[in-house]
Amino acid sequence: MSERFLITGATLPGGERADILLDGGIIAGVGSIADASGATVVDAAGLIALPGLVDLHTHLREPGYEQSETVLTGTQAAAAGGFTAVFAMANTFPVADTAGVVEQEASLGRTAGYATVQPIGAVTVGLKGEQLAELGAMARSRANVRVFSDDGFCVSDPLLMRRALEYVKAFDGVIAQHAQEPRLTEGAQMNEGALSGELGLTGWPAVAEESIIARDVLLAEHVGSRLHVCHVSTAGSVEVIRWAKARGIDVTAEVTPHHLLLTEDLIAGYDPRFKVNPPLRRAEDVEALRAALADGTIDIVATDHAPHPVEAKESEWQAAANGMVGLESALAVVHAAVVETGLMNWADVARVMSSAPARIGRLHGHGESVAVGAAPELTLYDPAAASEFDLDRLAGRSTNSPYLGRRLPGRVVATFHGGYPTFLDGAVRPLDEVARNAASALGVVHG
Amino acid sequence: MRHLLSTRELSREQAIELLDIAEDMAAVQEREVKKLPTLRGKTVVNLFFEDSTRTRISFEAAAKRLSADVINFSAKGSSVSKGESLKDTAQTLQAMGADGVVIRHHASGAPYTLATSGWIDAGVVNAGDGTHEHPTQALLDAFTMRRRLHGAASRGRALDGVHVVIVGDVLHSRVARSNVWLLATLGAEVELVAPPTLVPVDTTTWPARVGYDLDAALSGTPDVVMMLRIQAERMHAAFFPNSREYARTWGLDDARFDALPPSTMVMHPGPMNRGLEIAARAADSPQSTVREQVANGVSVRMAALYLLMSGERGDA
Repeated sequence: MSERFLITGATLPGGERADILLDGGIIAGVGSIADASGATVVDAAGLIALPGLVDLHTHLREPGYEQSETVLTGTQAAAAGGFTAVFAMANTFPVADTAGVVEQEASLGRTAGYATVQPIGAVTVGLKGEQLAELGAMARSRANVRVFSDDGFCVSDPLLMRRALEYVKAFDGVIAQHAQEPRLTEGAQMNEGALSGELGLTGWPAVAEESIIARDVLLAEHVGSRLHVCHVSTAGSVEVIRWAKARGIDVTAEVTPHHLLLTEDLIAGYDPRFKVNPPLRRAEDVEALRAALADGTIDIVATDHAPHPVEAKESEWQAAANGMVGLESALAVVHAAVVETGLMNWADVARVMSSAPARIGRLHGHGESVAVGAAPELTLYDPAAASEFDLDRLAGRSTNSPYLGRRLPGRVVATFHGGYPTFLDGAVRPLDEVARNAASALGVVHG
Repeated sequence: MRHLLSTRELSREQAIELLDIAEDMAAVQEREVKKLPTLRGKTVVNLFFEDSTRTRISFEAAAKRLSADVINFSAKGSSVSKGESLKDTAQTLQAMGADGVVIRHHASGAPYTLATSGWIDAGVVNAGDGTHEHPTQALLDAFTMRRRLHGAASRGRALDGVHVVIVGDVLHSRVARSNVWLLATLGAEVELVAPPTLVPVDTTTWPARVGYDLDAALSGTPDVVMMLRIQAERMHAAFFPNSREYARTWGLDDARFDALPPSTMVMHPGPMNRGLEIAARAADSPQSTVREQVANGVSVRMAALYLLMSGERGDA
């Protein structure tokens, strides 16, 4: 029999205080629970209980780039960040463009047991932008793929993009576009503006993102398809998406935690920790992105967790890799960017970091409200534990975090996935314990 | 001064001090024995990730005239071209006991990374990084202007009110950037003239005016016209239609040169594309400072190495 957990005195996203009982693979009780004999008690006084976070945009790097991250270490990072499900991007080696690769990824995730790993399929073979990958086969596979993306590359060919949008309608799929006009961003190193001119770094103009989004929302309207825009980074993109939604176009959008908090000014010291694609933008863009997340123009926060080995960042700016790890810091960064600033409350955070990403990705068993009968996916967050973000907070294989040394307003205390803890009292639970619990939880479902 | 990475970070006092020391160094160049013992026993490494014979020999001459030992490290044909990182190269130089590193790199900011990473203790001189800065070039340009304008009375002076027009590929030019910051710091009035495609999209933070009309700029009878080198690859990337159109519109041709007053200096950082951005008559005229610039480069680089390595290095 699996362990029962009684979480006492937690604050629900809506503000009410409640005890929460996890038992038998569901949330068995929410409210004032006195009778839970045999349950392990977790004191959650002062902690916020959020539905387990769902990341629609994670790079797990396995197969192929295990020196940066693996499914195991990436989902450990997820657990440390309060995530119970991650959508794994397709830019592995081999690329996740066949049923075999996506099934392997999902299976590695199940075995490790730290979070649900939902693979994303490539849109085109090898991410080369030339020929559609076997989208249907991936959709019908045991990995049940619904999100397709060439992330890292833009599906820039308009005809190919149109076909992809049309094709995935057959199985309620969505194309998640990395919006970056390739010709306008050749050699691009940072946001194009006054600072790029001063630093002598080739500019990545906002229009390279905005023009692709504008084209894609019109294509989605024309063929009646669902479009998701990855990592929106500019104020102009927000305007285009706002216009498209007002027009009734079926488009959703994500913003990363780093685009909600950090600005291009950080690049003045050429520190490659701040090199990311799309690049950090101006303070005006950050303001517009926060407002868009608050008013629903941008639907979700997604981390774009992008682990890299130390040597990929210990170099001159131009030679450094793009990307930042983000799973472990995401909730605290969102807290700093939109909750502390009064733009959003915790119920909004539950929406943009759990229920909405699960809905966009058509992932079941995640993103449900903290209520009786819901899936036992839960995150406990201490909003009063302000501290300097340090290496101890990173649980994945890579340490390329832009927040090291920066004060963040809170921290994840515990994460429950499938009814068992993957992260407790600020520490990732041991490998064998989690694997055992995962196997047992699978037995509940399938046995 | 700990490092010389950009002119942007130089104060007016620091810039004038450096130019004044360069005057002292120039005086040494006029003696029969051109060598000073100042850096005896110190090692200067010329770390060149990009070919630039002119800049490298200028730094080499400067270091040798200060009696430093000079090691030339060209990235081509070395382990660097086989994938060795800047970090490993830096640590190799550190282990060899380099006291000063003169770095030329194709990546903007590489000297900054070298100086701030903790990989090396040596003072770092930026000898041109990507499309960012080339501070010693701007210093030698300012030195040249000051000498032409004030001759033997140059010491202690700035360039207040001097009208400088810089013409050409501003977008990709580290020389232009370093000159804009330094000349403005020294009080000069800087005007940039280029095809709109070869100016950064936003120059509102630059202490310079930007225009597209060379004839209009020249009609203001500037004290200095500085022509930048146009690189052939810009043409292929559609920055302008072809070299003839460029030369007609933005080149210092005979007619434009003849219309200038004889007091206007004509400068070029070299190497020149004669007939493209500058006509031979302008380049070879008495108004041209091109050869002085080369000579002054050694003096200015001696001054920079002296300030960084002679034991007067502060924490700044």
